[in-house]
Amino acid sequence: MINNAQEFYNALPILIIGTGILISLLIEIYAEKRKIFQPWISIIIFIAAGSYALLSIEQKSTLFMNMLATGGNVNVFYFIFTFGAAVVTLLSINYLKKYGANYGEFYILVQLSVLGMMLMAGAKDLIVIFLGLELMSVSFYALAGINRKRLKSNEASLKYFLLGAFTTGFTVYGIALIYGTVGSTSIDLIAEKFIELSNNFLFITGLLLFFIGFSFKIAAFPFHMWVPDVYQGSSTTVAGLFSTGGKAAAFSAILITLGALFTAGGAHTFTPYLAVLAVLSMLYGSIVAIAQSDIKRMLAYSSIAHAGYLIIGLAAGNYQGIAGIIFYLAAYTFMNLGAFGIVSLIEGEEEANLDIKSYAGLAAKYPMLAALLSICMFALAGLPPLAGFFGKYYIFIAAIKADLTWLAIVGVFSSAISVYFYLRIVVLMYFKESEKDFVVAHNSTGLLAVIISVLLVIVFGVAPGTIINLISSFL
Amino acid sequence: MQIPIEYYLILSAFMFIMGIVGVLTRRNAIIVFMSIELMLNSANLTFVAFASYMGNTIGQLFVFFVMAVAAAEAAIGLAIILALFRNKMTLNIDEVNILKW
Repeated sequence: MINNAQEFYNALPILIIGTGILISLLIEIYAEKRKIFQPWISIIIFIAAGSYALLSIEQKSTLFMNMLATGGNVNVFYFIFTFGAAVVTLLSINYLKKYGANYGEFYILVQLSVLGMMLMAGAKDLIVIFLGLELMSVSFYALAGINRKRLKSNEASLKYFLLGAFTTGFTVYGIALIYGTVGSTSIDLIAEKFIELSNNFLFITGLLLFFIGFSFKIAAFPFHMWVPDVYQGSSTTVAGLFSTGGKAAAFSAILITLGALFTAGGAHTFTPYLAVLAVLSMLYGSIVAIAQSDIKRMLAYSSIAHAGYLIIGLAAGNYQGIAGIIFYLAAYTFMNLGAFGIVSLIEGEEEANLDIKSYAGLAAKYPMLAALLSICMFALAGLPPLAGFFGKYYIFIAAIKADLTWLAIVGVFSSAISVYFYLRIVVLMYFKESEKDFVVAHNSTGLLAVIISVLLVIVFGVAPGTIINLISSFL
Repeated sequence: MQIPIEYYLILSAFMFIMGIVGVLTRRNAIIVFMSIELMLNSANLTFVAFASYMGNTIGQLFVFFVMAVAAAEAAIGLAIILALFRNKMTLNIDEVNILKW
């Protein structure tokens, strides 16, 4: 229930997106020339919600009978989701035309998935986490198959759907067991009873099943098998949304539940499990990425490796770790969107130019694109002074403070391996002769989106201290 | 005579495992999807059993959300399966393998 005007204003980011979805649906039904302004309306909605979230970042409160939190890091996540989705929408305008799949529902589905992500980030109750997760996932299944005449797209969406629904089963059963032992689905109450119940078999099984469901969404090692196929088969811009927004949302939900358990004194219960997950994801992702020849599959394996780095922060189980994860997610969202954006610009019709060899000699023909892609690759590889370096730095420092130095060393080792396959692209672009001739179609909106993400990556890299202090002050 | 809660839990755990086994062994996309629904329903059974055992309504409320979500998932899932069938004329997920699985 909304009790006063202030609470209404605090809920505005979510309300703006919710209203925006209804308006976009009406436009889709009635408006003439909707194909032209539908994407721009959804971009305006995203930017309005994201900017309002940043402006009201100090207003911490809980709304709707303790169901939803606002302010603080919740609003940082709102910013990540909305601006990430705005970049994806901007990239998609011309990309969808290239495939003849310029359907209006694409933009509405992106908005719906962002609403789901925002519910996950703000949740104070397992019901809200579950509803947000499902709203996001169901929109993602449809987005993966948006290019419905292409068999690859159908296949990606079927695989994503079957495996995603399968893990939803684990999440719901886990929630049922947690509810049965605690007697409530409120995260605060669960955290209160955590110590008392930490020897209860049903409760621990429930928590593990719950986290298995989320390990799938963040693409951690044993639950990663869908990632390369789905990223390769679905549209490039949509794959960018899966790997950034989807991952950030799942991490936000994990941070809410684990963060509550940390304050209740259960910080190190899951450390061994999480450490194993982190090591396997990092090494598997980095090593297998080396063998890939398709750039989207390479980015997919790199996304598995990045999930591993982020899990190190969870395993550390301290507040530096949480702040590091949030910073890294913000940085990762924009550097990865930049990379996927350039791949979508260079991708020709009928999925041409997706092979890594197509990038040979790109710098001579398109110096601008080559420079932007190099910045994204340096950031993803974690080279200073870009955003990716500071994200990894904060997470590794948190691990060292939690006496997990060996984990930080494995992390550094794995990012050293990953430098190889990121820099291989840069070397191909600058030092090799072009093997095949192709023309990159002019795409001003797509280029604008990439430039925005690269600028954000540079800003995060120039002033990491300010941002990390802001995030830490809310913990 | 009241049936003890353990009976419900064992039944729902059995249903859940049946669902997992179904997903892992069957090859028809529709049957895999039905097995997933079985998993969701086993969770529903757990919810209502606990709710009536504890005399607390949150579990019963959750079941409605799970059913609504399962319905939405069924709508999307059948649409995806239909789109695939139009292009490929098969429902066997082993034959859906252009992308390396």
